[in-house]
Amino acid sequence: MIGAIEVTPAWYLVLGAALFSIGTFGLLIRRNPLVMFMCIELMLNAVTLTFVTFSRMVRDTGGQSIVVFVLVVAAAEVVVGLAIIVALLRKRPGATADDVAILEG
Amino acid sequence: MLDAVWLIPALPLAGFLILLFAGRRLGEPTAGWLATIMCAGSFVASVVVFAGLLGEDEEGRQFTQTLFEWVPAGGLQIDIGFLADPLSITMALFVTGVSTLIHLYAIGYMHGDGDFPKFFVYMNLFVFSMLALVLGSNLLVTFLGWEGVGACSYWLISFWFTSDANAAAGKKAFITNRIGDWGFMLAMFLAFATVGTLNYEGLFVEVGTLAPVTATAIGLLLFLGAVGKSAQIPLYIWLPDAMAGPTPVSALIHAATMVTAGVFLMTRVNPILGAGYDWVPDVIAWIGVITAFVAATIAVAQNDIKKVLAYSTVSQLGYMFLAVGVGAYVAAIFHMIAHAFFKALLFLGAGSVIHGMNDEQDMRRMGGLRKFMPLTAATFMVGWLAIAGVPPFAGFWSKDDILLFAWGSGGADAKVLWAIGLVTALLTGYYMSRQVFMVFFGKPRWEGDRPEPVPASVGAAANEQGEAAESDHREHTQPHEPSWLMTAPLVVLAVLAIAGGVLNLPFNEDVHFLEHFLEPVLGANEAEIAVSTGAKVALAAIAVGAGVVGLAAAAVVYLRRRVRAVEPEVLAHAWYYDEAVTAFVGGPGRTSFEAIAWFDAHVVDGAVNGVAAVVRGLGGRLRSVQSGFVRAYALGVTIGVVVVLGYFLTRVSF
Repeated sequence: MIGAIEVTPAWYLVLGAALFSIGTFGLLIRRNPLVMFMCIELMLNAVTLTFVTFSRMVRDTGGQSIVVFVLVVAAAEVVVGLAIIVALLRKRPGATADDVAILEG
Repeated sequence: MLDAVWLIPALPLAGFLILLFAGRRLGEPTAGWLATIMCAGSFVASVVVFAGLLGEDEEGRQFTQTLFEWVPAGGLQIDIGFLADPLSITMALFVTGVSTLIHLYAIGYMHGDGDFPKFFVYMNLFVFSMLALVLGSNLLVTFLGWEGVGACSYWLISFWFTSDANAAAGKKAFITNRIGDWGFMLAMFLAFATVGTLNYEGLFVEVGTLAPVTATAIGLLLFLGAVGKSAQIPLYIWLPDAMAGPTPVSALIHAATMVTAGVFLMTRVNPILGAGYDWVPDVIAWIGVITAFVAATIAVAQNDIKKVLAYSTVSQLGYMFLAVGVGAYVAAIFHMIAHAFFKALLFLGAGSVIHGMNDEQDMRRMGGLRKFMPLTAATFMVGWLAIAGVPPFAGFWSKDDILLFAWGSGGADAKVLWAIGLVTALLTGYYMSRQVFMVFFGKPRWEGDRPEPVPASVGAAANEQGEAAESDHREHTQPHEPSWLMTAPLVVLAVLAIAGGVLNLPFNEDVHFLEHFLEPVLGANEAEIAVSTGAKVALAAIAVGAGVVGLAAAAVVYLRRRVRAVEPEVLAHAWYYDEAVTAFVGGPGRTSFEAIAWFDAHVVDGAVNGVAAVVRGLGGRLRSVQSGFVRAYALGVTIGVVVVLGYFLTRVSF
């Protein structure tokens, strides 16, 4: 029964869109910087998933190679982002994203 | 030998640099001697180049030395280059020669001055600038020297700057000259725009292809520059006030160098003047002759010993412009050289008198000085006879040349020009004799009680080195002859003023030395006149007669005291020209400039400030968008993405 269901590329796209939306909403509604950061990672991965799917659909490896780039950038970004968050929380335990608004115009 | 031409300006420049950095250490009198030696070296270099030019045949007497490229900018190619040709070497010879004598004199004159080395710094820079002006191979190098002499004259006129009057006189000279410089600059721009080069050689080759109206414009603009530098109407006002400087400066500026620059420039660009409309030379001649006449009338009523000479310089320069205007370029240069000799002599003599009289400049407090200063008196009287046009002194030959060409020039106004020139010659004889009689003859008037306070002299009171109040406390010692440093140049110049005429004697073709020498430069544009020998002699006799009549009249008035002196107030005040300028600039001029200032402050600045205010207001509004909340930004980005996506999706689907 289960085997009868064919997994089409549309499934992956829907999954990617769903993950991206979750990430977006999470980013907008949560205040914990660490969680917001995880949401961004979620969005990134949703995008890479979409890339791979489309790459397979059009039979072009370009999309898959992009993913490697995204992974590298994401790794670097995680290092910097986490460092900032750790530094922030060390200085002001329990700080939320809204507490750091000193760059307001 | 021609390669030595760069040495001519380089030596004074070297002197300037050495004195600039080590002048204080050298001190007095070493600094002065160094400056003098540099000038003398420059003179020697000029002689060497002159000999080199004589060695060439007449066609080849032109040598351009390019030192380096100065402004290589696209089509504009300007080199630092020197042009050695008969005209520039003639100028260089008498500029360096007379300058050397004046430097020597200044060592004596400036003795004891606290700024002795600084004075020679300026003097050497001045000589360098003048030589760059004369020798420059293109208009821009000439302009460099042109501005250099302007700046140096400013520094030197206000050398004793602690007195307000001196500082004001310097500023007046500088600002008045700026008006002329403006004309010079426009002429350069126009020449480059139409011809594409500023080199004299290129310019003169191309000048034939110019439209007459363009050549006229360039010529007139250059003439405006010359009017400023050579103190012609209407820009002559700075020169009489320039007497505020030390007397060697007056001699240097008003005799040998700066003021002759305008005449030189007109002579240099004679092909341009020749390519313009016919009336351009007429304008020059009329400006010249009117200046000559007006300045001579003013000189009649001046009491300051240097002011008389200053107005006489303006008047003599007018003669030179008259000569240029009637096409007698050789006569103009001839008179310039003769004038350099006798006017330097007169100024240095006047300086010697001032020195001997302890800085007294009012001729009414002099008199009988020939007994106390025999050498000064004798040399001064040589200068007097030379400027009055008494044969065989230098001034007679050159002035006679100019009047002859004025008479013989073809125009309808030739005789009028000649007549005004003749009247000026009469006035020249009169005011110079008046000066000689007041200073060297009659009874001494410097002893005893002070006469009634002297009214301030015309324009900015140009009392040398001090205020009138101070002069009352001066103790008069016996007038005395200055040291040999000051008398030696007087003697040399006196000899030159006597014998200068041999440069261009009119007797036959063989003795027209100057004319033959200058022919390659001026040949095409030099006027030809057809006056019979008899008429020439008659004209010369009339000119001499006019000078002698003036002399005799002055003798009757000032020596014999038979007739009461006529010194109308209007002449003592220089036709109220200065006052008129002051009234105009201070009244309507000031009002209009204030209106312009108001326009600038309110309309121009208002527009600029208004734009800034608008931007600042908008920015203030926009600033609130930057809340600093990361999630607000994220929301903004999300909404933006949705909007953009929505736009593209709807476009694709429908």
